[in-house]
Amino acid sequence: MQLTVKLFAYFRDNRFKQQRMEFPEGTTVEDIIRSLGVPLDEVGVTMINSRHCELRQVPAEDDQLAVFPAIGGG
Amino acid sequence: MADRIFRVNMSDLSAKVEAVPEGWMGLGGRGLTSTIVAAEVKPTCHPLGKNNKLVFAPGLLSGTPAANSGRLSCGAKSPLTGTIKEANAGGTSAQMLAKLGVKALIIEGKPADDSKWYSLHVNADGATIKEETEVVGMGNFAVVQTLNQRLGDKVGVITIGPAGEMKMLGANISIKDPDSHMRSHGRGGLGAVMGSKRIKFISVEPTDQKVAIANPDAFKAANRTFAKALVDNPISKALGQYGTNVLVNIINESGGLPTKNFTAGQFEGHEAVSGETMYDTIVARGGKPRHNCHPGCVIQCSQIYADAKGQYKTSGFEYETIWALGADCGIDNLDYVAEADNVMDDLGLDSIEIPVAFGVAMEAGVLKFGDGAELCRILKEDVAKGTPLGRIIGNGAGFVGKAFGVTRVPVVKNQAIPAYDPRAIKGIGITYATSTQGADHTMGYTIATNILGVGGKVDPLSKEGQVELSRNLQIATAAIDSTGMCLFIAFAALDDATCLPALIDLINARYGINLVANDVTNLGMTILKTERAFNLAAGFTNKDDRLPEFFSEEPIAPHNVVWDITDEAIDSFWNF
Repeated sequence: MQLTVKLFAYFRDNRFKQQRMEFPEGTTVEDIIRSLGVPLDEVGVTMINSRHCELRQVPAEDDQLAVFPAIGGG
Repeated sequence: MADRIFRVNMSDLSAKVEAVPEGWMGLGGRGLTSTIVAAEVKPTCHPLGKNNKLVFAPGLLSGTPAANSGRLSCGAKSPLTGTIKEANAGGTSAQMLAKLGVKALIIEGKPADDSKWYSLHVNADGATIKEETEVVGMGNFAVVQTLNQRLGDKVGVITIGPAGEMKMLGANISIKDPDSHMRSHGRGGLGAVMGSKRIKFISVEPTDQKVAIANPDAFKAANRTFAKALVDNPISKALGQYGTNVLVNIINESGGLPTKNFTAGQFEGHEAVSGETMYDTIVARGGKPRHNCHPGCVIQCSQIYADAKGQYKTSGFEYETIWALGADCGIDNLDYVAEADNVMDDLGLDSIEIPVAFGVAMEAGVLKFGDGAELCRILKEDVAKGTPLGRIIGNGAGFVGKAFGVTRVPVVKNQAIPAYDPRAIKGIGITYATSTQGADHTMGYTIATNILGVGGKVDPLSKEGQVELSRNLQIATAAIDSTGMCLFIAFAALDDATCLPALIDLINARYGINLVANDVTNLGMTILKTERAFNLAAGFTNKDDRLPEFFSEEPIAPHNVVWDITDEAIDSFWNF
């Protein structure tokens, strides 16, 4: 399946901001994060199509996955 | 030095120093300013008249070596909202006032002769009132430079700019920071109250005095634990690198970034004004990504943003300001945003209220969405000089809406709604509606749990759990605002079990008392109830605890949701 993966803050360092990527059917959010070499314990928030999602969730064709480290402000 | 109350009467130009009443002993910061305003200010008074009082109070831990304890609270009846108000700020004055033994500084009355301006100078003996001419009319940066020369670089300065002198409802009160730049008591028009008292600035004398600590060893141990919890927290680290503006991209992604006067939840130019772009720009131009707004801060979310030539442009460049000028006004250029921020710092204007007012003015056709150059021109040529258009904008979003007949006006109790759309992030809508001080995200920052996954998770689009979330956070925030602590300690406090007990240990060691967690919660509840009682006596009812009509009627993209929490659910907020 084709997905758009977006990375934020320092997860972009030596990676990318946004990329179209191909993954096998059934790939979980956790699998995708691992494949990018992003440390799982530093992941704060994940969203599929602007909704929060779990690491075990499986995206569908053409979904947008956003991966953020732990961040805050306000 | 024992803490005392410094009282200044501007009607007869007298000043005195009083013992702290028994009932105020255990209070500081917001808890103290709200208690004093509720006890001494007639709720129905005109906020710019002689019966309002302006109260400054350092927090319970300000002036001690406790990390992040340098916030100063300022309270009064707000001329913008008509409610009670507390706004807190960093800078150097909170710690200096605490070391001088100032529990609170209360400014009351109003000079009968309103042709003159005055200054206050605070030292260990009390406050001295002097007539002032030299810095009247000056912007805040020139005021601070002039006073640094007159009184020495270390002097503390609390000042209003031209906006406060003109009593604009968006006027703030600025505090000198360690680099002689500005931190602000931003919201609610407190600068207009200071202007109504005819006080241009308050100077605070540097001192070698130390705050008395009842149990120094316990204090040191608690401070080590507390500071470690802050430093180790991953969110503190991200705040140090990207500042609060790291939020632009995540709030945009969530669909809750109010765009072009609250007509959409995502901004196509988000990347250009994001924290990531800001960090890269600061590094490329030789600015400083990390900077502390007060001595002793270990998070350092502030920064120094330089222009293309590498010269200082602005600092304390916050998410809410950048959202308001960026997404809400449609300006996808950080340099215009920084320019406007700098001008607002100099004029002494709330950098949430005024850009949201511009967003309403853009909808009215006064200027075009996205026109950063014109926005800066209006700030410098109209607002600064007090032309009729400048005064309309300087009086805030609600005032602009009335002046131009706009119905989509994002305010609660006439205060501009900040950077999170309540349709797509419903917990914050409860905070905006029920806050004792008009729309204000900092009163109960549900974004932590709705979006950032801090303190648990509550789905931002669901109606469930939002009232309870906002209530718990508003109670905790009222207590934190009384300690002198920066609110950003909450990220560690919500997720690190060592943080809050260490904070309570710090208070206990400072005063030689034995508070437990329940006492802190009770303090928060008492503060909220005191503030609400003031508002009810001023004429507010539960019907004022509502969001503007358009939020219930206009769905917002991308989630196409409206505000759908019932009035009964909102009113249940006060069931405690």
